[in-house]
Amino acid sequence: MADEDDDIVLSELDDGELVQQMHDDLYDGLKDEIEEGVNILLERGWTPYRLLTEALVAGMKVVGDDFRDGILFVPEVLLAANAMKSGMNILRPLLAETGAPKMGTMVIGTVKGDIHDIGKNLVSMMMEGAGFDVVDLGINNAAEAYIEALEREDAQILGMSALLTTTMPYMKVVIDQLKANGTRDNYVVLVGGAPLNEEFGRAIGADAYCRDAAVAVETAKTLVAARKHNQAHAN
Amino acid sequence: MTQDAEPPGPAARPARRGGAGGRAAARAAAHAAAGTRAARQAAQAGAPADDALTETGCDAPAASPASGGASLIACGALAHEILALIRVNGWTHLHLRCLPAKLHLRPELIPDEVARAVAEERAAARDPFVVYADCGTGGRLQARCDALGVEMIPGPHCYSFFDGNAAFAARGDAEMTAFYLTDFLVRQFDAFVWRPMGLDRRPELRDMLFGNYERLVHLAQVEDPELERLGREAAARLGLLHERRLTGYGDLSDFLARAAQPASD
Repeated sequence: MADEDDDIVLSELDDGELVQQMHDDLYDGLKDEIEEGVNILLERGWTPYRLLTEALVAGMKVVGDDFRDGILFVPEVLLAANAMKSGMNILRPLLAETGAPKMGTMVIGTVKGDIHDIGKNLVSMMMEGAGFDVVDLGINNAAEAYIEALEREDAQILGMSALLTTTMPYMKVVIDQLKANGTRDNYVVLVGGAPLNEEFGRAIGADAYCRDAAVAVETAKTLVAARKHNQAHAN
Repeated sequence: MTQDAEPPGPAARPARRGGAGGRAAARAAAHAAAGTRAARQAAQAGAPADDALTETGCDAPAASPASGGASLIACGALAHEILALIRVNGWTHLHLRCLPAKLHLRPELIPDEVARAVAEERAAARDPFVVYADCGTGGRLQARCDALGVEMIPGPHCYSFFDGNAAFAARGDAEMTAFYLTDFLVRQFDAFVWRPMGLDRRPELRDMLFGNYERLVHLAQVEDPELERLGREAAARLGLLHERRLTGYGDLSDFLARAAQPASD
């Protein structure tokens, strides 16, 4: 019965139990409980980075895996991501203060003519949870907006999202503009959205098509690591 | 449903606390009942019931079958409109085969299902025409139809060809924040929008899912006060302004007229 679970008092759990409970609460999208759990662990002296990786990122990995495997669906993942976001809002300033390691910077947005942002928001939150800095440009973005943000933020990754067959070709416009500027190879370009597929991603010159947010995070990690490796060997 | 559907499905585990209460469940049941009434009315008018069109599709053999005659392989969401055009124009030699409308919730499945139907119609010595727009397949359905040598109705969505593809394209960014429903989708709002987006379980997600839209545009194929009421109700449930636009059958009429012509060879 749900009522029995209501008796759980987070502050009475030991660290291990609390982290497990936070994984469950993330899975269930319980925002208030996540905020409470984050505050308790901070009070117990956990570093923000450890809290992020062990309590939030590890919990969201379960959510991401179950989403990838068709066990969880968009509404549940949205709630989980919202709960994660509320925890991140507490941790973000503390992470900056404590100099936690950074994976890289991503500029992300939905393309021009398209207002759909569910998938984009999930990627944004999951990437942030994985340790990337994310600059989210929102919806209906022209090529100039992406390119200006990439340069301004000194980003390594560009993420573009589209949900409409009629708007997805705009991704090629952005990539072609990067090529024309001679800066295409400065970035890992990831694309996603319901009507896209790998073939489309290849055809427009993206580095990868990501079928969901969990795949986007793994792909970003892999491609950024490969890029760093190549740069190190080139120097 | 956004204009291209996100994958639906049930939660694997219940929430520890909170969740939809009895009132939400009661509202969902009431809306489901309204859908059933509409389906009954459609069935009484000689058309397949909406629930069946959503789940299983339908097969409507030609009233006057002709050897080598045309077969329309269509989305179940178009059955009422296609049957109306067949009736009005006397195209009694056209065979109609509708695939389940719920394929719209998994657009990646549409090309294979259409290809299977094309093969079966050809095996039955009928000449298939595909009455699906792109429907979120990202060009894959058109590519498959091209490979099969079968004609497909042009357009990104049924919203577009009902409106008229040229007119729809001309609206462009001016209608970026419009969420479209056809008559079928107005009747099947719960099956195609409310439940697949999880709003029956998580109504609090409504503004997160639909917050970027400003209005619901009901592209109406026929004059029907009951459908207009359902369209207004759908808009209210989504927190959007309501607009009804009578399109008639748009480009669908011309496409079916072409299919109805005798084969040239």
